[in-house]
Amino acid sequence: MKFLRDQVDKLKPTFSEGGKLSFLHSTFDAFETFLFVPNHTTKNGSHIRDGIDLKRTMFIVVIAMVPALLFGMWNVGHQQSLALTGTDGDLLGNFWVGLLQTLPIIIVSYAVGLGIEMGFAQFRGHPVNEGFLVTGMLIPLCMPPDVPLWMVGLATAFAVVIGKEVFGGTGMNLLNPALTARMFLYIGYPSSMSGDTVWAALPEGASTVDAYSGATALGNLASASSAGEGWSNSLLQGGSIMPAFWGNIQGSIGETSVVAILIGAVILIAAGVGSWKIMASTFLGGLFMGWIFNISGGGGAWMDIPAFYHLIIGGFAFGAVFMATDPVSAAQTETGKWVYGFLIGVITVLIRVFNPGYPEGIMMAILLMNVFAPLIDYYVVQSNIKTRLKRVQA
Amino acid sequence: MGKNVKIKRGLDIALEGQPENNVYSVDSPATFAVKPKDFKGLIPKLNVKQGDEVKAGDCLFTDKGNSSICFTSPVSGEVAEIVRGDRRAIMEVKILADSEVSYKSFDTSGYATKSRQEVKDLMLEAGLWPFIVQRPFGVLADTDVEPKAIHVSGFDSAPLAADLDITLKGEEANLKVGFEILKKLTDGAVHLNLHAKKSKEVYAQVSGVEINTIDGPHPSGLVGVQINKIDPINKGDVVWTVKPQHVAFIGKFFATGTLNLEQTIVVAGSEFKTPAYYKTRLGAAVNTLVDSNLKQDNVRIISGNVLTGDKIATDGYLGFSDNQLSIIPEGDQYELLGWLIPSYPRPTLSPSLPISKFLKKTFKVNTNPHGEPRAYVVTGQYEKVMPMDIMPQQLVKAVMAKDLELMENLGIYEVIEEDMALCEFVCTSKINVQQVLSEGLELMAEES
Repeated sequence: MKFLRDQVDKLKPTFSEGGKLSFLHSTFDAFETFLFVPNHTTKNGSHIRDGIDLKRTMFIVVIAMVPALLFGMWNVGHQQSLALTGTDGDLLGNFWVGLLQTLPIIIVSYAVGLGIEMGFAQFRGHPVNEGFLVTGMLIPLCMPPDVPLWMVGLATAFAVVIGKEVFGGTGMNLLNPALTARMFLYIGYPSSMSGDTVWAALPEGASTVDAYSGATALGNLASASSAGEGWSNSLLQGGSIMPAFWGNIQGSIGETSVVAILIGAVILIAAGVGSWKIMASTFLGGLFMGWIFNISGGGGAWMDIPAFYHLIIGGFAFGAVFMATDPVSAAQTETGKWVYGFLIGVITVLIRVFNPGYPEGIMMAILLMNVFAPLIDYYVVQSNIKTRLKRVQA
Repeated sequence: MGKNVKIKRGLDIALEGQPENNVYSVDSPATFAVKPKDFKGLIPKLNVKQGDEVKAGDCLFTDKGNSSICFTSPVSGEVAEIVRGDRRAIMEVKILADSEVSYKSFDTSGYATKSRQEVKDLMLEAGLWPFIVQRPFGVLADTDVEPKAIHVSGFDSAPLAADLDITLKGEEANLKVGFEILKKLTDGAVHLNLHAKKSKEVYAQVSGVEINTIDGPHPSGLVGVQINKIDPINKGDVVWTVKPQHVAFIGKFFATGTLNLEQTIVVAGSEFKTPAYYKTRLGAAVNTLVDSNLKQDNVRIISGNVLTGDKIATDGYLGFSDNQLSIIPEGDQYELLGWLIPSYPRPTLSPSLPISKFLKKTFKVNTNPHGEPRAYVVTGQYEKVMPMDIMPQQLVKAVMAKDLELMENLGIYEVIEEDMALCEFVCTSKINVQQVLSEGLELMAEES
């Protein structure tokens, strides 16, 4: 440790004010504080502080995404194998294919995002904030495996600059930056983000086996509903809900496996980092709305699908666990979190059932509720104010 | 009838260096000091100059805004030095103490029949008035108002805090007189708030006050929390608070006619060799206590507790209202990947540091903040340690935005810095909550 510290101290003047590389000060500072917790001490006020900090908090979220990421890597290879040969492929081979496909997306996301963050930090004279550690991983996980790298870069840049930095950086943004990136591509390049052909990453010019269908359950359900057809299990991939639960189906890289996502949820909740209230209320909201449609009934496949299937198919679980719980863009009051999550669940199912243009609703629902979160908080705060005022009258 | 309150939110931080229950005497230090910055909102006007001889109870300086409020010498001796800081602000008035304290005498005979004004005048002259803290804002009490109520927290729940059963042992009669005097200051109630499960022996003789009980972890002992639960402060209300050791001072003064500020304090913390209780006097230099009693040199000496106290030097002075010295190691060391793999246990509210949470009963805590300041990201954290019906993070944000109306609506009148010290402790973003709140309180005080 001493040796490492000496090396850092030797480098420090070069990056400090007046040094040759002082224009990289914030970047150096980010790496230095990554390696070493600074030797600062408290002044007055509370002389002792909790062991938790933002680095650790953000890192735990990244850890929580690892199961979904690893599964996603395997699944990318698995889906390619299914499309090209009609066979399952072997475990390591699938993983290797997926790794080669996924890693560049992750690298582009982090390189572009952190590059911009460090630039902004330097320009503003701020330290680099850890928020992008999470965003940088969320973006690849919510992309289709076949997404072109330049799109990832462009969307990341858009999300960081317009979604976050124009508001003042991490902690100030209104919308979830990762979803902002996805939304940007969804609207700008819809053919690369949805449809039947984007869910398997195939080598150029390769053709799929005849039996292969690239359609997702969401797509099937949407077209069945518009055709006025009723619900049947055959609309799901594999003909049952279990593949959607385990995750060996088509979808965005990290969203398919509910099991992997639930492991992440357990990590987030156990570490006290993710809000269990938001997760629980989002699932409850989806279940509630699905159930309402069930009992009203008769309106086609989307209305008649068993309510809890809504929570398993598509990106519902991924959104509820990793996107809706972003503390900055979510409701910040404890009561507000229940309302915020519940409405995300409700709106997700509403969009799925009623909007033929968008087969998936979770992204829209979360972004919409991001916008409304301050309003929810406003009313919660007002109720606290009202009880205080009532006291005076009493 | 008093109220029985139970709070759930809060945090007891168990630190190494818990005091043993013995009371020791140490040599009386050579110098004593009164520090104007111990009083919020005070602009001191000197009454003495260097070289003047004073008795215990002689006025050293008064408040420029209200010259009837005297700040008196805790001992007799010579004014040794008037220490000035930035812009010549008076930092300390130091007294070189006589070997035997001689007291100025006051006519307190027949105090039981004295009127409110007579009692007030005596308290003002003897320097007892500054023991009263006025809310909102935690400032010197206004001599012209009658408070809605006076609250005394009968126990201290802060980390390493003194057990008042030990520090106030033998003061039972003085406490009784002190509460009699407090009752003269208001037509409203005088509340004595006791811990539901701790011994109440020292208050056995006190009568005619509202006894409330409160149960739960720190900050249950903070008078602000108790007021919020028992009889909250609304806009326009004025409430006074007095610490029990100061009630004893007031009682002793009226019983004897002299200002005798001897007190028992607790000296604790991992870097102090013999954590225990010590007899000393208000305003005493701490050097006779800490010299040759520290385990190492790189320590922080805090007058008060680790959450709210003031950093002082090894030759500094005990703060005016403190009955506690906390001595902990400084944390000015780099820690390799400390945010990821902490190299030593540390107290935390976060379950993400399980080892530090479960394997240790008490912590050797230092002054490293364990991270750098950041913008707010995490939410729902302050609420876990804030038992008051207040939205802490929203209040802090309102202060940051200098939104006076919102601050008022969110209950800034009910809190002073110490009430939000735990929020500052748990903050992931390492925001200096008490400093922010202090600025807000100052702003509100100016505007109202």
